[in-house]
Amino acid sequence: MTEIYTPRDWSSQPPYLHPDYKSTVLRAPTKKLIPIRQSLSEITGPVYGHDRLGALDTDLTRNAVKSGEPIGERIVVTGRVLDENGRPQPNMLIEIWQANAAGRYVHVVDQHPAPLDPNFLGGGRCVTDSEGRYKFTTIKPGAYPWGNHDNAWRPAHIHFSLFGPSLSTRLVTQMYFPGDPLLAFDPIYMGTPADCRELLISKFMLEHTEPSFALGYEFDFVLRGRRQTPTE
Amino acid sequence: MSKLRQTPSQTVGPFFAYALTPEQYGYDFKSIADGNLIEGDVPGQRIRIEGRVLDGKGDLVPDAMIEIWQADGEGRYAHPADPRGSNVAFKGFGRMGTGTDPESRFIFDTIKPGSVDGTQAPHINVTIFMRGLLLHAYTRIYFSDEAAANTRDPVLASVPAERRNTLIAVRNETPAGAVYRLDIRMQGADETVFFDV
Repeated sequence: MTEIYTPRDWSSQPPYLHPDYKSTVLRAPTKKLIPIRQSLSEITGPVYGHDRLGALDTDLTRNAVKSGEPIGERIVVTGRVLDENGRPQPNMLIEIWQANAAGRYVHVVDQHPAPLDPNFLGGGRCVTDSEGRYKFTTIKPGAYPWGNHDNAWRPAHIHFSLFGPSLSTRLVTQMYFPGDPLLAFDPIYMGTPADCRELLISKFMLEHTEPSFALGYEFDFVLRGRRQTPTE
Repeated sequence: MSKLRQTPSQTVGPFFAYALTPEQYGYDFKSIADGNLIEGDVPGQRIRIEGRVLDGKGDLVPDAMIEIWQADGEGRYAHPADPRGSNVAFKGFGRMGTGTDPESRFIFDTIKPGSVDGTQAPHINVTIFMRGLLLHAYTRIYFSDEAAANTRDPVLASVPAERRNTLIAVRNETPAGAVYRLDIRMQGADETVFFDV
């Protein structure tokens, strides 16, 4: 028997073409995807562990400090990486990036006239522990305007990138915050099938707060699972 | 047991560079990977792979991120699921944004992979991310000088014959060595073949 990965559940994923999100119109593949029978090429994938982590990579309130603390509301974001069978995924690299508290990205292409924070980069990474847990300390990102349509604003979000155990489990997504009134107006969030949108919203959890320091949010990831297949 | 729903994908957006490809773009943060996959004196044929990403109007995409995953020169992956395991110091992963080259190219310096399992032709697995892609796209790069192996490859065989050339990088001999070129076209008559992996 060989272990391969369960198929992508297309009912939980956004489509390539979602015209309300205008950039999809010229960039979405138009032809039907060709199914691939998983081989070693698809059940393997890049392996990254603690050796690639900097000492402060999980703490975005400290990893780019130049002259003082970054401005904004400190938060903890924590949760677990699971597969769809509920199995924790240990030793998995997670990369994150986000805007600062004013809604400005460090990226030079971001021309939003909100202030940069000299003490905040907005990039971080960590590796899940033996129970698939991760934890970042950061600043709550601000909403920001973008050019998709008239008076368009992105809801506050943090970008996440996960490899999971194989090429097949690759996931890049965005985590949103509960109760954000901008969500209903955001074509990127709304491009997700309605019954799966809440999977992208973190939960405020008092137990994850650090008293007198930071509020706490929980966000879990669910990657494709494994299944056995007879070897030919 | 009822399954958990898979977390929906969302676009990588336009502002990934300072976290995912920071050194390439000049940000003060270490990169985990870049366009150079060659570490030390890893055995294998040195090659360069370069290409561009084009949208449905034929315009260059200057804000895509391309990841490649490949076997070593003997066709072994540096991953526990490969029972043979890589026997050389070759990780096999590269990542590059298209935002720093004047021609919006991705450029990977690597070694030519061997045949993975005796049935597949040498190939490189490619994952494409960009603003406007809510879900990453998977494709493969095959090699123009592997015609015989390509003919026997089961994945290429599953692709309509008239679309196979969208997956085959063309070898050019240059003073600096072998350069394989292949553009990724998101749409149009020559739309690249994307796979449901």
